[in-house]
Amino acid sequence: MIKQLIFSLTVLIAASVFFYSVRNIWLNIKLLKPAYPLDRWNQRLGLLLNVGFGQTKILRFPLIGFLHALVFWGFLAILFGSAEMLIDGLFGLEKSLSILGIAHKALMFSGDLFAFIILILILVFLSRRMLMHVKRFEGIEMTHKTHKDATFALTLILLLMVSLLGMNMGYVANHTSHASIYPVSSLFVSIFWIDSPEFSHVFEQINWWAHILLIFFFANYLPYSKHFHVFMSLPNVLLSKLEPLTQMSNMDRVTQEVKLMLDPSAEIPSSHPNQIERFGMKDVEDGTWKHYIDSLTCTQCGRCTSVCPANLTGKMLSPRKLLIDYRARMNEKMPHLKADANFNDQKSLLDDYISREEIWACTTCNACAQECPVNIDHPSIILELRRYIFMEESKAPSLLNAMSTNIENNGAPWQYPPSDRMKWADQLYINE
Amino acid sequence: MSSNSRLIQVPIFSECLSQNKTPEYLFWVGSAGSFDDRAKKITRDFVKILESAKVDYAVLGSEETDSGDSARRAGNEFLFQMQAIQNIETFKMYGIQKIITCDPHDYNTIKNEYPAYGGNYKVYHHTEFIAELIKNGKLSIKSKPFGHDAITYHDPCYLGRGNKIYEEPRFIINQVTENLVEMKRNRSRALCCGAGGAQMFKEPEKGEMEVFELRTKDALELNPKVIITACPFCMTMLTDGVKLHEKEDSIQVLDIAEIIARANQL
Ligand code: SF4
Ligand code: SF4
Repeated sequence: MIKQLIFSLTVLIAASVFFYSVRNIWLNIKLLKPAYPLDRWNQRLGLLLNVGFGQTKILRFPLIGFLHALVFWGFLAILFGSAEMLIDGLFGLEKSLSILGIAHKALMFSGDLFAFIILILILVFLSRRMLMHVKRFEGIEMTHKTHKDATFALTLILLLMVSLLGMNMGYVANHTSHASIYPVSSLFVSIFWIDSPEFSHVFEQINWWAHILLIFFFANYLPYSKHFHVFMSLPNVLLSKLEPLTQMSNMDRVTQEVKLMLDPSAEIPSSHPNQIERFGMKDVEDGTWKHYIDSLTCTQCGRCTSVCPANLTGKMLSPRKLLIDYRARMNEKMPHLKADANFNDQKSLLDDYISREEIWACTTCNACAQECPVNIDHPSIILELRRYIFMEESKAPSLLNAMSTNIENNGAPWQYPPSDRMKWADQLYINE
Repeated sequence: MSSNSRLIQVPIFSECLSQNKTPEYLFWVGSAGSFDDRAKKITRDFVKILESAKVDYAVLGSEETDSGDSARRAGNEFLFQMQAIQNIETFKMYGIQKIITCDPHDYNTIKNEYPAYGGNYKVYHHTEFIAELIKNGKLSIKSKPFGHDAITYHDPCYLGRGNKIYEEPRFIINQVTENLVEMKRNRSRALCCGAGGAQMFKEPEKGEMEVFELRTKDALELNPKVIITACPFCMTMLTDGVKLHEKEDSIQVLDIAEIIARANQL
């Protein structure tokens, strides 16, 4: 009974803190611009199964992708066990979900096995980060802090797996008839164990508490970590842009103005005159909810940067940095902006975080978006910043201004008159 | 094979209208295809293919104006939309429903971005169109002009990753050669040539090398005799890349339309 009470209290605290974090994110989202309507749910579910649960994009890097996919699938099995622990703890039960019969056994079995696999893999990932020189984990945006975050989260996962196995071992030692459901734990128990029911019981309880408390801690650490992708990946994939990668978003306000220019008698829907929105993006609040959840989802894996032609040829642009910058600026600015709508710290995403040199180096090739395992859309950040620079500041590179002027004057990016448009067809013969 | 040569009178929509003809397809030449000297050759060869397959087509001539793709990617949304709406008006005037183009950027813009302003068309990239002509038996390939020379294909970003057209170009190339070799980065992993997103019209940012230099290196690793692409911008970049690596005497950079025109000695 006392255990139940303490446990319920812990759950309450953990859930409240988590709710607070999520609420903050939600309030941020509400301050941002709309991205696109969320329709075509069949297609979205397809993506969720394929890119989300099927992990198809992470598998584009076959070896390390497969190892990571194992961790993901293992987490799903282990999640079931965590849900059971929650029910057990709240209602003072033991293995409450065993009423599910064979399904329960199968999930326990795979959970135990995966805990061991993940433990080994985390050790591999940790040593890869610490001992090997992985180019993908380097770059100007990869600071000491981001590396520490990665190491800390990996260590937490390691402890989660150790405590899970410890709990299973204690359980198996006292329930030998269930040994076959916990293959790895029962193997360990058979190799080394102190043959005392009390010891087994205490050992199981300690690990039970350690595991569930670690889960609560981990869940509340995640919203402030790059490992938030554990929660965000699936929703982010579900909410992906469904249009072709190279299709840019339309600016409806410009459409209205252009229509008015071409036909002054056209009716415009009345807009809110005192709410003049910026064209494009200068700072984070000009972005959409998708830019924000993209930035929360980014795992900093660097797959995007590793295929970026600008980055590969030594330019300053690194698509991963765009997401890190966006998130950092959100964290910096949003708390103030929520308190005071006119807040201004003389800083902005453009220039103070993302430089013009980065923005103009992009070829919009979409290699980054293609490679990102969680369907992040980097070019859209760049293109929104360019829209701001071009339309609000008129500070695009001079050659691009010249190109634009040519199109305006003579309908081509170069200085040729429209009357020359058919010159290519002069003296065109075909052999028949 | 070639018995006589005939001067092509490229049909223009405005003239067709006065003759009460409504061609089935608009061949959208695009700004690069109209004005860039290298791209103009591709335009000419593609028209020969249209003629030899007896396709009912016409062009807009001086009524065509820039698609707005580069302006939009440079950030000038106003200009892009003006161009788009103007072109859509022209298409409407001639009742145009089907459009073919050799430019993946214009293809992408007209196909995916013009619908926002009420312009809905069946749009073909010339690689799709040629592949269909071959499959329908309207175009038969008469020779394999490249023998056993190694040929590689560079996927334009706006065609490949943008619009998932990977196999049609390869289908066509396989009609004229048995030796299509793939670069290590191909299809959805292809490296950009460096021209997209309005880069074509500006100086590159500073770095260790040019993007086209790196991409050309990918191709040179295969020792090809021919590098094929299907985009006027990629053509410029890869041609420059081959020159930079001083290989212009031994390696040709050609468009898909050009290899077909050569195979059939058009
Ligand atoms: S944007 Fe995607 S690919 Fe790039 S680092 Fe983040 S998660 Fe990885
Ligand atoms: S779209 Fe831009 S940022 Fe993304 S890979 Fe290409 S050049 Fe890099």
